[in-house]
Amino acid sequence: MSLLSLFRRPTGGTATAARERLQILLAHERASLSGADFLPQLQRELLDVIRKYVQVDDERVQVKLDSDQNFSVLEVNIELPAASEHRSAR
Amino acid sequence: MAKIIVVTSGKGGVGKTTTSAAIATGLALRGFKTVVIDFDVGLRNVDLIMGCERRVVFDFINVINGDANLHQALIKDKRVEQLFILATSQTRDKDALTQDGVGRVFAELGPQFDYIVCDSPAGIERGAHLAMYFADEAVVVANAEVSSVRDADRMIGLLTSKSLHAEQGQPMPQHLLLTRYDAERVERGEMLKVEDVQDILAVPLLGVIPECPSVLQASNVGMPVILDEKSPAGRAYREAVGRLLGEETEISIPRAGKRGFIDRLLRRTA
Ligand SMILES: Nc1ncnc2c1ncn2[C@@H]1O[C@H](COP(=O)(O)OP(=O)(O)OP(=O)(O)O)[C@@H](O)[C@H]1O
Ligand SMILES: [Mg+2]
Repeated sequence: MSLLSLFRRPTGGTATAARERLQILLAHERASLSGADFLPQLQRELLDVIRKYVQVDDERVQVKLDSDQNFSVLEVNIELPAASEHRSAR
Repeated sequence: MAKIIVVTSGKGGVGKTTTSAAIATGLALRGFKTVVIDFDVGLRNVDLIMGCERRVVFDFINVINGDANLHQALIKDKRVEQLFILATSQTRDKDALTQDGVGRVFAELGPQFDYIVCDSPAGIERGAHLAMYFADEAVVVANAEVSSVRDADRMIGLLTSKSLHAEQGQPMPQHLLLTRYDAERVERGEMLKVEDVQDILAVPLLGVIPECPSVLQASNVGMPVILDEKSPAGRAYREAVGRLLGEETEISIPRAGKRGFIDRLLRRTA
């Protein structure tokens, strides 16, 4: 150990790792505890509504909930069929 | 009607009982008629920390069961006017606490008191749920350590979804109280900083209570540490009580003491 290091404040202790692990873990836990359980139902009902207008497959609809510390984003992805199929479906 | 404050944490041993005793005593010192209730059925510690363990004849569970009335079970503190203790029993019956029973006791205490402080047991089972269910406000106690912060986060989630206030769509004010804060270990990068915990939990900070030998000493003699004029922890609790009452004082964050060269040398090589 050099003499200088006695005066230097140690940096990069394990507290940084603790903070980073907590941030990732809690983002996941909050999402799964607070809302993920309604997502399958939401996806089914969305599909029903969409099918009133356009014919889409089950796999063409994706519902995802992303959360971080400050807000959550509900992402709904609907892949519509090509315009020609679309018209014939109506 | 009394304001009901729950002191909760999820994780055990973080300082809930120490905090409940301190806050209840602090509120009474400010002139508010206050009762502290022990929800840790089976373990029963509030009476010890408050120094009234030998005066417990009837308890919270007796009142719920109708074996005694409130008047018989409330213990008046000998040091502080306006301060009362409702001890719990050491029964191992997990169903001793019922939502209905707790609600009835609160309804009877409400008109007689200004504050009801509920010392929650650890965990998220029945006792912890009932301690927070009727609360108007919550003090979430945490230590600057990963499992405590995670459990505190879980508790915050439950408070915002499973309390009576939440069910009725009313706000549920919550405060974060960091306890057992060891400034030296934080400075060495071994423990989470106040800002880190606050950032992660995103609940307003009520105070930071330093890790302090006076807490153990106070518990040895059955005196809430807030009554210890010289204790840094006692002082931090007095300030926290002020903030709970709406005072906007700056939160002092404990700092590591200045170490001499020799001291540092010894520590580094030890
Ligand atoms: N600020 C502090 N400084 C030093 N020791 C403390 C401090 N706060 C609490 N302690 C000690 O930590 C231990 C646990 O405290 P306490 O009983 O208040 O925690 P708790 O959260 O109520 O525990 P439980 O979950 O078992 O009910 C006790 O020995 C207490 O003396
Ligand atoms: Mg306790």
